[in-house]
Amino acid sequence: MSAAPLLAVEGISKSFRGLRAVSATSLSVPEGGIVSLIGPNGAGKTTCFNMIAGVFRPDEGSITFAGRRIDGLRPDLICRAGIGRTFQIVKPFKELSALDNVIVGALRAEADVRRARKKAEAVLDRLGMLDKRDQPAAQLTLPERKRLEVARALATEPKLLLLDEVMAGLRPTETDQMVAVFRDLNRQGVTILLIEHVMRAVMALSQQVVVLHYGEVIAAGAPEQVVRDPAVLECYLGEEADI
Amino acid sequence: MIARLTDGVPRRALILLGLLLAALLVAPLVVDAYVLSILILILYFAYTGQAWNVMMGFAGQLSLGHSLYVGVAAYTAAALYVHFGLGPWAGVWLAILISMAFGLVIGFLAFRFGIGGVYFALLTIAFAEFTRVGFDHFTWVNGSGGFFLPVTQSEDNDPFNLRGDPVMFYYLLLAITALAFLLCRWLLTGRIGYYWLAIREEPEAAQTLGINVFRCKMIAVAISAGMTALSGVFFAFYYNNLFPEQIFSMSRSIELILGPIIGGVGSLFGPILGAFVLTVLAETVTELMHALGYDIPGIKQVFYGICLGAVVLYLPNGIWPPLRKRLGLGDRS
Repeated sequence: MSAAPLLAVEGISKSFRGLRAVSATSLSVPEGGIVSLIGPNGAGKTTCFNMIAGVFRPDEGSITFAGRRIDGLRPDLICRAGIGRTFQIVKPFKELSALDNVIVGALRAEADVRRARKKAEAVLDRLGMLDKRDQPAAQLTLPERKRLEVARALATEPKLLLLDEVMAGLRPTETDQMVAVFRDLNRQGVTILLIEHVMRAVMALSQQVVVLHYGEVIAAGAPEQVVRDPAVLECYLGEEADI
Repeated sequence: MIARLTDGVPRRALILLGLLLAALLVAPLVVDAYVLSILILILYFAYTGQAWNVMMGFAGQLSLGHSLYVGVAAYTAAALYVHFGLGPWAGVWLAILISMAFGLVIGFLAFRFGIGGVYFALLTIAFAEFTRVGFDHFTWVNGSGGFFLPVTQSEDNDPFNLRGDPVMFYYLLLAITALAFLLCRWLLTGRIGYYWLAIREEPEAAQTLGINVFRCKMIAVAISAGMTALSGVFFAFYYNNLFPEQIFSMSRSIELILGPIIGGVGSLFGPILGAFVLTVLAETVTELMHALGYDIPGIKQVFYGICLGAVVLYLPNGIWPPLRKRLGLGDRS
């Protein structure tokens, strides 16, 4: 990697009442890349995301996006800087229709509601949800809500997309569809950082995998390499795991 | 810009709205003074409910102290008229500005320091209450003794100073209510409307989508307070007397929000329907009891309580959303 990465996280830490959730974690995402963040439950992955997305200010360390320090910025400013995110525990606007949910995202870059609606329809179509456009988000199934999260974030036209376990609960064929969507987006220039437990998706998508355990990076590298790393096998997949 | 007012609205909804407006326009020609006073009351609650709905129904911020904005604006316009001879058409602007300033102060305190939900509602009550106490001792407007506007005996209507008969007030209020309805429709179908609904539903997700939550809430409070100010000015010139005890009272705040709650919080037509249903039913009950020889003080309040309970139990979204579905009208009208 010669050029500066799009996202550079350097030595960030975060403690909650003495519990060190994330400890001196560094990772970088090259422009146009797809990087996965994996690790057992409670490893600090979502805390990392929350620091990048501006929910928490890191206790120490720095986060640089497109050459600009963004740690400590408010979430709405981070979104405007070009980072879109989804929530692991989905947060749809329940009373609004699926289309209106996505329009809210599309209005970030497009002030005109009619044009934002066109754009939102295109995004829904791309995620295969156009037939659900008029359904209130409250009536969608969980996998649909996860896709709606993605659609909403995508509609803000991010340069970097943070995906927090969007494949969870999907059937293998649905996972493959989502993988295809993300590959397609990536080809069009969207850089992706994802937290994922579904190894099928991680292996298929990632150019690089970072493994977190107890808030620290224990391995990083190409997916095939990482899953053979003894430390990873022991801590994350268990000793008898077999990929 | 203007076209979005009717975007996605079924033709039937437009026709029904047109018919309603026509009926309200000709009403003063056919009804007697008593019915006209009821119609004024209905429009008054419809308009004020609409204003409150901007904050609660759209942006999800519960205010239980809207009497503050009514009162402050009423006193401002009345004092300017009595002390400086400045007519309501000029005074109303200052009244709106002062009401907005009050709203913005409350909003700033609450939203900057993360006070939400019930605690925000308590803050709005607190502000209304201590403003009431303040006005009780505000001798420039005669404190708790009440402030009175001069009533002229002239036969002619004087629309420039809002001196005249109820018919003039009725048409003024009808125009204001109709404009408020259009304004709310315009706001709701615009970017700010989408942002408000997003904040109401899920503030954290809204912020993640690039929405400046603080600013959007402040805009909602300013618009709601400014609109409510207009009903305060109307109140002052229609009733000609102002008492802090009454105008700033908690029960007044509650009375203002019953219409939208019963009609349907967050809907555009809900506050209008709610005001209509509630006022007509309450007047009917009072008249009925009177005719039967029972003059029970507070019967209206008891009746409001029953209506509110029934709506909360059986129609938690208010009576308009289910009715709208049955009539086959648009989704957000």
